[in-house]
Amino acid sequence: MRFIRRRALPGAALVLALAAPLVHGQGSAVEEIAKYRAALQDGNPAELWEARGADLWKQKRGPKNASLDRCDLGLGAGVVKGAYAQLPKYFADADRVQDLETRIVWCMVTLQGFTEADAKKGPFGGPDRKSDMEAYVAYVTSESRGVKMNVSLSHPKEQEAFRLGEKMFYFRGGTHDFACATCHGEDDKRIRLQDLPNLTQTEGARKAYTTWPAYRVSQGELRTFQWRLNDCFRQQRFPELGFASDASVALTMFLARNANGAAFDAPAIKR
Amino acid sequence: MQRKHLTRAIAAALVASVILIGCATTPSETETVAKATAMLKASFKEQGQAKLDRLDQDDMQKTCSEYTGKALPKDVATRIEKENLGAIKWPADGKLLGDWKSGEKIAQEGRGMQYSDDPKQPAGANCYACHRLAPQELSFGTMGPSLYQFGKVRGYTDEMRKYAYGKVYNAEAYNACTNMPRFGHKGILTEQQVKDVVALLMDPDSAVNK
Repeated sequence: MRFIRRRALPGAALVLALAAPLVHGQGSAVEEIAKYRAALQDGNPAELWEARGADLWKQKRGPKNASLDRCDLGLGAGVVKGAYAQLPKYFADADRVQDLETRIVWCMVTLQGFTEADAKKGPFGGPDRKSDMEAYVAYVTSESRGVKMNVSLSHPKEQEAFRLGEKMFYFRGGTHDFACATCHGEDDKRIRLQDLPNLTQTEGARKAYTTWPAYRVSQGELRTFQWRLNDCFRQQRFPELGFASDASVALTMFLARNANGAAFDAPAIKR
Repeated sequence: MQRKHLTRAIAAALVASVILIGCATTPSETETVAKATAMLKASFKEQGQAKLDRLDQDDMQKTCSEYTGKALPKDVATRIEKENLGAIKWPADGKLLGDWKSGEKIAQEGRGMQYSDDPKQPAGANCYACHRLAPQELSFGTMGPSLYQFGKVRGYTDEMRKYAYGKVYNAEAYNACTNMPRFGHKGILTEQQVKDVVALLMDPDSAVNK
């Protein structure tokens, strides 16, 4: 809980620290943003979501009054440590490839007796509404911190998910003709002053994938990788990406696999 | 030259054999594309102004998705450019330049066409997201080239005005598979808004040309 004493840092001062150098020139603005990001690393409110998720995980919930303690995230029933670093993967019991969120939904349905619709409700929180799913994701991902990404493509359905996710990454559509690759297919590009990771290259894919979920200072919320994908498609002018949909699992498979070999390093903190 | 051709021929043969071997175990490119498209349709849901028809690809979108990261054959590029050039609607009044100050506002505005945006409000073009324009604006992106002094450098000619209008209206008419949206063609901007953005680039008084 080392972040608590720093939590009171006024947000306005941070915004000023970021905005002030812009008048001097872009070089110094970029440097100041880098300094601001570095300053954020000391103390991360994401720990609140992790703690809430760990607590919820053990609580007896749902029509079957059961906890998620026996949930099999791919390393055996009840094993959370290191599980996220090998997801998405094929699960024989569900006979499909599942990412963390779809697997948690599966466990909520099979172990706790929730309907699938109820388990998928409220995947992203807001100022007036806490999301249990975000808390679960914060907890489970935190248990993979430092673990090397090791996503398998040994099962044919894993290979298929990867191929479909790759196609999706390059799929241009909508009013603006955008694909994921439009913004994330080249090195050293930015939108306004925001650097864009090149997700087609190992380095960019690793850095991006291993730093979600993240506490977003600008939003005062913990945001999951699924939220990141969802919001990318909004900005891409696409319709809304269905939570725990096949497309979201496939795209996650493509991006997660491209991050293989890198140590997972989240929940992180971002501006 | 000869050697270069030979190397290319060998490379092509190698690629062809890899594809042939690959076909034995993996589904064809066409099958994967069809499956991916069906998956998208089933996974996305309409929200606000963004309906599912946004996933229906036109020829350019489909072809350019296929060729991302690969060399675009010349005949394919020519086809896309011809199709898009022919689809440009030139202003009936013959005037290509509007008000550059209004163009600057459009260039700054990032909202428009997202499901979170109010469809009753005019959309922006968000030019600064990708381009440098007026030197006063330091927060610009680098996806596209700098357009600072666009008209001043190229000359305030009828030809350049026409090119600028066509480019903002439908960039695919000049550069197949460019990342730039087709602001007029896809109805993101109105004709007047396109004229205003063209004025930002081509009016000698515009902040871009100072």
